Amino acid sequence: MSVFDGLRFRKVYSPIHNLDPRIKFVYVISIFVVAILFSQIIPLMLLFLLQIPFVLLAKVSRQWLRSLRGASFLAALIFVINIATTFFTSGYRITPLNIEYAASLTLRFVVLVESFSVFFLTTSPDHLGLALEESRVPYEFAFAFTTAVRFVPVLAEEAQTIMDAQKARGLELEKGGLLKRIRNYVPVLIPLIVSAIRRSLELAEAMESRAWGATKKRTNLYALKLHRGDYALLAISVGIIAIAVYTHFFVSIPTITSLL
Amino acid sequence: MIEAENVHFSYPNKVEALKGVSITIKDGEFVAIMGQNGAGKSTFVKHFNGLLKPIEGIVRADGIETTKTSVARLARNVGFVFQNPDHQLFSETVEEEISFALKNFGFEPKVIEERVTWALNLLSLTQYRKTSPFLLSGGERKRVALASVLAWDPKTLILDEPTIGQDHEQKEILRQFILQLQSQGKTVVIVTHDVEFVAESNPRVVLMKEGKIVADGVGKDILTDPALLEMSSIVLPQIAQLFTKLSPLGLPKNIIDIYEAKEIILKAKERKPLQ
Repeated sequence: MSVFDGLRFRKVYSPIHNLDPRIKFVYVISIFVVAILFSQIIPLMLLFLLQIPFVLLAKVSRQWLRSLRGASFLAALIFVINIATTFFTSGYRITPLNIEYAASLTLRFVVLVESFSVFFLTTSPDHLGLALEESRVPYEFAFAFTTAVRFVPVLAEEAQTIMDAQKARGLELEKGGLLKRIRNYVPVLIPLIVSAIRRSLELAEAMESRAWGATKKRTNLYALKLHRGDYALLAISVGIIAIAVYTHFFVSIPTITSLL
Repeated sequence: MIEAENVHFSYPNKVEALKGVSITIKDGEFVAIMGQNGAGKSTFVKHFNGLLKPIEGIVRADGIETTKTSVARLARNVGFVFQNPDHQLFSETVEEEISFALKNFGFEPKVIEERVTWALNLLSLTQYRKTSPFLLSGGERKRVALASVLAWDPKTLILDEPTIGQDHEQKEILRQFILQLQSQGKTVVIVTHDVEFVAESNPRVVLMKEGKIVADGVGKDILTDPALLEMSSIVLPQIAQLFTKLSPLGLPKNIIDIYEAKEIILKAKERKPLQ
């Protein structure tokens, strides 16, 4: 659950929380693109360090660290698999260059996780829905999306209760071989799905009784407007992409191994 | 026998739910744990079958420390019926639902058959044996959930909010049922907000507030103490309210039982005829 904890929004007041979600998304995407663009370790390290001021500004460092810790298992897996494949394909030996390459691929994954983590930690589901709406996504879809995001913690809690209820009836989730273990989850999944469906029907009734969709043209209580900070972040994002593209095509990036 | 010594518990989000709770529940006792939402009632009883383990302190169920064994082992002796039956029903028929735990505990097929028949009969569910539990009404689903736990005949039974969503008649049946279990020597622990239900059944009452036990005793003393109840956002049972209002007439205040109330009023009437 710790990975999800690192993505769950918490209401804090910070300059990052106040930024326009659309611009934040542009920023995350530019980090994403740049991380994909490079496979050398130096630019990826820069990219990793670049996020830290954002995390500190947003006052979410603890949750952010938790998301990194949650991702550490997958990161380790990526590292090991990369090392293993080079080991088996290049004549059973490992050079420092191989290690560096595996490390940079791992770092790329970490950069992706950290940027998405910052985005979701600092963007409320409301803002996200508003951003979708203002980006001309039909309101029904935007609403469905935000509702889904909002219900994830509710469902997680419910899954825990169901697991407890079945454990109290002698169910041992960790018992048996792989197939048995998967089958052990049937008594948890069925009540979870049934209750999710029931909940969605109740939600639909509650919404209709409050005249959801009565008017085609909706107005919002809060309108998204770009402020100075948003333009600054947009400029930073464009700057990052520009520098990255330039560096990618015109600068040869040294490896740490060659520098040593 | 459930023993808890100085139990502390915090949830992963650092909320301290229990702050040093101790209790001894003897075999054959009927205990109602009361208190407002968030007082730690459910958190506390989840320690009795090991669903939650204390961070500090010790919980023993029949002498076995809960930290030293699995929930499945403990559940054999401590049955726990959750508040919402929809959190556990998953089988195609009521019969299968009830046999689920019996299979988990490794009963013989023949014994399972007998126990299922027995439990269905006990809760008047025999006619629904082959029905899908999802097609039953709320009250019936609650009874299926109860039957599915009673089927393995645990020594101790924990019921989390058993009266929610039940009409008066079903509550009365439940009350009789609990008293019957108690007379068979079973320990019954209920977690509830239903003050009238508790007043009518007259169990040992344990009052919790903010992760601590603030009162422990007979219902007659606790449920007639306005200061104590107000602190826990509980309203006095109606009979206790009436007798509090009547106290200027010289009647006792600590009355929660309707038959006792009737006797007292009749006696008072003989002494000094009411106008």
